[in-house]
Amino acid sequence: MSVIWVLLLVASVVVAAVTGRMVALPGAIAESAGRAVSLSLGLVGILALWMGLMKVAEESGIVRSLGRLARPVLRRLFPSVPADSPAMGAMTMNIAANMLGLGNAATPFGIKAMEELERVNPDPGTATDAQALFCALNTASIQLIPASVIALRAAAGARQPADILGATLLASTCATIAAIASAWALRRLFRSSPPQGPPRV
Amino acid sequence: MFRGVLEAISVWAIPLVVAGVPLYALTRKVKVYPVFVEGAKEGFQVAVRVIPPLVAVVVALGMLRASGAMEGLAALLAPVTSRIGIPASVLPMVLVRPLSGGAALGVVADVLRSEGPDSYAGRLASVMAGSTETTFYVLAVYFGAVGVTRYRQALPAALLADLAGFAASVVAVRFLFGP
Repeated sequence: MSVIWVLLLVASVVVAAVTGRMVALPGAIAESAGRAVSLSLGLVGILALWMGLMKVAEESGIVRSLGRLARPVLRRLFPSVPADSPAMGAMTMNIAANMLGLGNAATPFGIKAMEELERVNPDPGTATDAQALFCALNTASIQLIPASVIALRAAAGARQPADILGATLLASTCATIAAIASAWALRRLFRSSPPQGPPRV
Repeated sequence: MFRGVLEAISVWAIPLVVAGVPLYALTRKVKVYPVFVEGAKEGFQVAVRVIPPLVAVVVALGMLRASGAMEGLAALLAPVTSRIGIPASVLPMVLVRPLSGGAALGVVADVLRSEGPDSYAGRLASVMAGSTETTFYVLAVYFGAVGVTRYRQALPAALLADLAGFAASVVAVRFLFGP
């Protein structure tokens, strides 16, 4: 990430020099830094609400039963995660919320899942295979209801604003398959320092 | 009918979960209120923890957009991508989608206005926006929340997934609606 980050910064300055847009950069820098803070602070309310509900769901056993429900699939995708880990339930709720287009609810579940995954991370600070796959899945989640796009299409006067549902489902399924395949295929290219998974006896 | 069901789900899901989970917990003798408050406390900490990595990512992407790199890249790619079924008006979507959700919806609104929601370009932009996510933002928030700074294969895998989503959008829209 360090290399990519520096690359983005340097490329912007070089391109701005070439296109003669250097004037716009200082403003963009200040504005983006401020926007990053308002983005995260804007999450506070919704995060607090869903983190609170998540805790209630955990205590009442809903998270565990959801995790058990999705275990056959999740166990294969995340072999290094203990089957009884609360991460399983959190990931299930995150994926379900994502599929329904409830992005606001999906984020807190996803963060909860990441926290649980970090708990079993042998090398804190470096992503595990499970975390990398889970994040990749979240950037390409299967969409049943792309709510904001449908709203935009309705506002623009589409004959059938939701007629793109089938195509969206198809495209996002392909993206999800690609996420799983490439996270799996690339995992050996990006070595993690200690060996992953439970030690073999 | 199908559409009605989907719309009903998107309206009912959240209120039902918000009321249903505490109700179920109450029947299981969970001290619902203190447990909720305890969990909600975490939400604030997470949001604060996410700020530094989000500043890093959002500033870099903001600089990149202000520098004109996107327009340059679009001009460079347009001759190639228009041949594989991505009109010049939709190309900014491909470039901007992983960086900014707001900007991507802006591109959709733009294409819908200029070419119509029922045009090939309008449908393609809609499907592309609906089937992928704001990759850099998602990674910054999720990894930032747990303090992971080495993403390993997550970024390339996520970007490859975006690419696959875009390609599949072209195929799906062509197949279902014709070019």
